[in-house]
Amino acid sequence: MTKRPAYSNLVKTMREGKFLFTGELEPKKMIDLSSILHSAEEMKKTGKIVAANVTDGPQGDAYTCSMVPCYLVQEKVGLEAIWQMTVRDRNRIALFGDILGGAILGLKNILALTGDHTALGDHQNARPVFDLDSTQLIDLVSKMVDDGTDLKGNEIEGGKIEMNVGCAANPNSNPREPEILKVGRKVEVGADFIQTQTSFDIDDAKEFLKELEKFNVPVLLGLFPIKNYGIAWYFNEYIPGVSVPKDLLKALKTAKKEYKDDKKKRNEVIDKINIDFYEPFIKEIQKTTKAAGIHCMAVHYERLFEPLLKNF
Amino acid sequence: MIITELKNIEEIYDMIKQYSKILVTGCDGCCQPPRSIAEAKNLGQMLELKAKVEGKELKWKAITVLRQCDDRIAATTVRPFIEEYDAIVSLSCGLGVVMMNRIFENILTYPAQNSMFGGAENNAENSFAEYCETCGECLLGATGGVCPMAGCAKNLSNGPCGGTVDGKCEVGGYIHECAWIKIYERLRKFNRMDLFTKYRPPRNYRLWSSPRFIDINKSYTNEEEPIKEEK
Repeated sequence: MTKRPAYSNLVKTMREGKFLFTGELEPKKMIDLSSILHSAEEMKKTGKIVAANVTDGPQGDAYTCSMVPCYLVQEKVGLEAIWQMTVRDRNRIALFGDILGGAILGLKNILALTGDHTALGDHQNARPVFDLDSTQLIDLVSKMVDDGTDLKGNEIEGGKIEMNVGCAANPNSNPREPEILKVGRKVEVGADFIQTQTSFDIDDAKEFLKELEKFNVPVLLGLFPIKNYGIAWYFNEYIPGVSVPKDLLKALKTAKKEYKDDKKKRNEVIDKINIDFYEPFIKEIQKTTKAAGIHCMAVHYERLFEPLLKNF
Repeated sequence: MIITELKNIEEIYDMIKQYSKILVTGCDGCCQPPRSIAEAKNLGQMLELKAKVEGKELKWKAITVLRQCDDRIAATTVRPFIEEYDAIVSLSCGLGVVMMNRIFENILTYPAQNSMFGGAENNAENSFAEYCETCGECLLGATGGVCPMAGCAKNLSNGPCGGTVDGKCEVGGYIHECAWIKIYERLRKFNRMDLFTKYRPPRNYRLWSSPRFIDINKSYTNEEEPIKEEK
């Protein structure tokens, strides 16, 4: 574990050993952020969600920057933000400048990511940047936080910034060893916490968490409650390396068919399917692993937070 | 070798349609697939046909050059012909096209090709692949002979990223090998995991930024210029 102080509420809570939850917000191509703020409010209401990730152009799409929604979520809702920063679109100069800007705005957490390639997004002919990689971005944040300098050792006027930085890990990785070693590299250069990609397989998740234990860094296991059958189907078809369990997929399909015209009832059934699947999943993780908590990626699925998290 | 791709005939014709006599120059250098005298002749014929369709007459001559990117070779081979022609259409890579324009300042040389990458040939697969991106800071000694700059879509120094699935890359639909998984396998095989786990700091992109020159008569350094102190 880094010796760095816990600047963020997220890292403080993790270090206190409380089992916690984080949520996820996804600003799209939008200037009206009311839906994002609404979702953040719903998260805050649960009293269980400590912070929310704000994504940075997922799938390589050109979306609203993540810095401004992070700021607004903190200012207007009072929920701490985890600022996802990818190295896809900004070189080390722009990243440094943005991090300073974020620090001025009071952002406390960065999740350093490589980012989905531009070739996957809605501007496939764009020039990908990748000047730094995610490990080097953590190195940059570490220098800004621990030394108060940029990558070249030039001092920041006003001194060190106060932030914590996290990294991602993929429980679906195959082969597993290079993924674990890569996470080790990130911890070595200063990652304070780990958030994992989504997992649907309890045994796999437990094994992965066990392997991450040696780094002595708090880990949040990523889970992905599924709002409707369409999302589950898309996930299964188009997101390689991850498969939605057959039973879950089937239950969602049945719900879609049986309550085709009754949206309210359909939603109730779908929520119950998710709760039946995830509640025991989370309990098992809480009971049998050293995970610091759960990163709940229920984007635009606010109504599930309360019933799912009430027993934790 | 430089891997090239012939431009669409419409595009080439569009560049030279205002001329009535053109010199088509093949290149016997490293350009792949081969663009020698036979290919130069074919291109001349195609342009002539295209001109005919447009109701024009186009005269052409095809020659080939040992290496268009070498100024002495290109100058001595091509100079005897240029007086008679309005323009040159080059079948070399971009290096040759630029060199021809530099040598023959009074005539324009047009590219008939797109230069794709510096590549190697896999004969069994009948394919060319970019194994080196000429980055100026060779990492191959630390990566089991697999280049993460040419091989990784994100040019990662500390891979793999989350976009690899079962050893395949997210770019191009999970067909191409993930360079970092390949690197891992190579280093594991040779018991050099110390190289894999090592953190590699940010790269020096000054070595990889255009324009790049090497003056072979002088020393060459990768050191940054000292920051000038204000006086």
